[in-house]
Amino acid sequence: MAHIELKAVGHSYLPSPAGPADYALQPSDVVWEDGSAYALLGPSGSGKTTLLNIISGLLRPSVGRILFNGRDITELTTAERNIAQVFQFPVIYDTMTVFDNLAFPLRNRGIAEPEVRARVHKVAELLELDRDLRHRASGLAADAKQKISLGRGLVRSDVAAILFDEPLTVIDPHVKWTLRLKLKQIHQEFKLTLIYVTHDQAEALTFADRVMVLSEGRVLQIGSPTDLFERPAHTFVGHFIGSPGMNLLPCALDAAGVRIDGHTVPIAPALLERARQAGGELTLGIRPEFVRCRASADADSMQAEIVAVEDRGNFKIATARLGPHLVRVKLRESESAATGPGWLAFPREWTRLYAGGNVVG
Amino acid sequence: MKTGWRATVLAAYLALLLLPIYWMLNMSLRENSDIMSQLAFLPLHPTLQNYAQIFTDRAWYSGYLNSLAYVSINTVISLAVALPAAYAFSRYRFLGDKHLFFWLLTNRMAPAAVFLLPVFQLYTALGLIDSYIAVALAHTIFNVPLAVWILEGFMSGVPREIDETAFIDGYSLPRFFVAVFLPLIRAGVGVTAFFCFMFSWVELLFARTLTITEAKPIAAVMTRTVSASGLDWGLLAAAGMLTIVPGALVIYFVRNYIAKGFALGRV
Amino acid sequence: MRKTFDNRAWLLVLPVFLLVAFNAFIPLMTVVNYSVQDVFDSTHRAFVGADWYREMLHSDRLQNALLRQFVFSGLVLLIELPLGVAIALLMPKKGGWAASLTMVLIALPLLIPWNVIGTIWVIFLRPDIGLLGHFVDHTLGVHFDYPTVPLQAWVSVMLMEVWHWTPLVALLAYAGLRAIPDAYYQAARIDGASGWAVFRHIQLPKMRGVLTIAILLRFMDSFLIYTEPFVLTGGGPGDSTTFLSIYLVKLAVGQFDVGHAGAFSIIYFLIVLAFSYVFYQALQRVGTGAAR
Repeated sequence: MAHIELKAVGHSYLPSPAGPADYALQPSDVVWEDGSAYALLGPSGSGKTTLLNIISGLLRPSVGRILFNGRDITELTTAERNIAQVFQFPVIYDTMTVFDNLAFPLRNRGIAEPEVRARVHKVAELLELDRDLRHRASGLAADAKQKISLGRGLVRSDVAAILFDEPLTVIDPHVKWTLRLKLKQIHQEFKLTLIYVTHDQAEALTFADRVMVLSEGRVLQIGSPTDLFERPAHTFVGHFIGSPGMNLLPCALDAAGVRIDGHTVPIAPALLERARQAGGELTLGIRPEFVRCRASADADSMQAEIVAVEDRGNFKIATARLGPHLVRVKLRESESAATGPGWLAFPREWTRLYAGGNVVG
Repeated sequence: MKTGWRATVLAAYLALLLLPIYWMLNMSLRENSDIMSQLAFLPLHPTLQNYAQIFTDRAWYSGYLNSLAYVSINTVISLAVALPAAYAFSRYRFLGDKHLFFWLLTNRMAPAAVFLLPVFQLYTALGLIDSYIAVALAHTIFNVPLAVWILEGFMSGVPREIDETAFIDGYSLPRFFVAVFLPLIRAGVGVTAFFCFMFSWVELLFARTLTITEAKPIAAVMTRTVSASGLDWGLLAAAGMLTIVPGALVIYFVRNYIAKGFALGRV
Repeated sequence: MRKTFDNRAWLLVLPVFLLVAFNAFIPLMTVVNYSVQDVFDSTHRAFVGADWYREMLHSDRLQNALLRQFVFSGLVLLIELPLGVAIALLMPKKGGWAASLTMVLIALPLLIPWNVIGTIWVIFLRPDIGLLGHFVDHTLGVHFDYPTVPLQAWVSVMLMEVWHWTPLVALLAYAGLRAIPDAYYQAARIDGASGWAVFRHIQLPKMRGVLTIAILLRFMDSFLIYTEPFVLTGGGPGDSTTFLSIYLVKLAVGQFDVGHAGAFSIIYFLIVLAFSYVFYQALQRVGTGAAR
């Protein structure tokens, strides 16, 4: 169990980095609370694996210090940091049985054999591997092998955190959800700090207490899945999370609101003032779930042309053209929409303003 | 990074490995009389005379040219016939395919000594003795199976879908092979050419037996350095050094592909 | 790879088939011919059935040569395999100029014509002009004269052979090592494994494929060896370093005893065939996976 802190940690894979563009991970401060399950979410190349490897000690950061429970462990080796890591593809010791695989980390640390046996059995039972203990590890299916990888981390009582690097990549889809449930179960039982790297937002949002979104080496936002959904701190977060992602419409400041395609969308004066002070390119963001779409006009609504309606089963996606912009609306199954003229409104409580990509207010 | 002691031991091994070669270099830079008179770690009176003699004496340098000639011809022939065959093994099953592959393998393993006399008689009957083509052809016994083997390995790494897409797009087999397929297996062709070169360059038995004067390889020329006063060590050493040069050059050019080639384990 | 059944593929294979058949099959038939006939001259020959075979199989010289050959090949494996693996472990892990340079240097002995290999060692081992020969003779005080002392001849031949071919094992092992994904080493670090444990549980198992190939290749090729030992010792002193191929060439080309040589050749070839079959089977189990 550990409280992990990164102070001004950044990393460049180049020997002498010149500027921010040379850093795979921008120097920043990050804190992971003890016992929480975190997801590191982001597209390929965003720096998630770099960050993970810095925490585990497989990579030494170019700048910054790492603290576990207040103790500076930047100089410590991986083995000394008491973390466990599960990789993208199952890493097991082919020549050993499942039992010996699980026992390996304990035997390396000189733990007495009776205790080794006790711990291995406990973890094997938890992971439902107890029937396979005598078998050779190499003959098992991919998901069983990943469980063994996970088990090697769980057998160690002193493990500070378990790090996952896209562990379900090679697992068959229909087995994925059983493994995810198992992970949640383990989290609840052991109360370990878990850090889970993935590019799959569905995985991140269901697994984690708190999600950290990365893009191009920068941590853009840390928050609960709900936070990320309702109040994205960055246009990237808004766009990346949600299916489909947030509607991002360029707009301009006006007296009472912002102008989009000749219409004025009303905005609270305080927010408007802060947007004015922030400066930079202004973007209006609203999630398709929150856009109001009617067949007839009412107060505040803007006329748009609905160009397509897709029925996706238990919801519908309507694509409307508002001037030069396309706006996506997510409709419940019961609501109806047809191509042709429609009226869109953006409820104030769900409308966000972004100046230069960052949220205002 | 505990590179310290590893690098030292590796360097020691490399030094020991290169020592006999260095010694021959040493000999090659000294006159025979100088060599016979005293043992010296460094050539005290270095001279390029031995090399000069080799470059100017037709009996000597023709040996190199001959070797280069038949080795190149062999590599071209081996590649030319092996490419379509490897493709066939990679993409198709056909009657007797496994047996054919095994039979090819046995030829790679065949003792040259077994074939020496009959091959000599066969080529004599055909009037091929003492020509480049004779040695080039004889060397295909072991080089062609090797080439098929290596190329098949690389080709199997290219998914069949690529062939099928090309055929749907209207490519004929030859055009597809040259325009699409070959560039994809560039590394394989490089590795194969390297090994064909290597095994043909180093082989002596056939090269010596099938040639008399016209196509005599350098290896055979070297065996004739005995003179009235005994063996001319300096000359012999210089000739030997020069045989290493083409090999070193070739290996330098394909160094990036070698690891891949060995990874296939088909050497 | 899905392979479709199509006998037209024979057209693609035909050039190879014809070429190899010409060079291998026809001579082989000639050899079989010799092995069952007594050839007096080009017009007088008599069929003698299995006589030559009987004589060869009972021949002391053949049996001794065979024994020598097995001892030689066995020693080759015993020395070259661990040594090659050890060198591969020492070589730089990452690609880069150091790895390239090391590979080029290590591969150098493999590219030297086999008779030059013999020549290099003839020079190197001479007590008067060779560094090693002089060192052993003068500095170590051992009377070094390998052309006359069988044990010294064997040591010399083994030394030359190991020098020549260990690089092949090293390069094969190195390729196998390079193919191991980093994650295995990372997991081992996390598990607190020692260097020896990493070797035993990760590296060695993952090199199984290339090592099988190394074993079989070296055994086979050492079984066929001719040029290098011939240049170094000529098969002597006496018969002490006369391996199978050297003996065969002496019979066939030296003594032109084609009858015995023919039978010997077939026996030799059958032994090699048996080993090739083992090799082929092992490759099928291990090999095609290596293409990825």
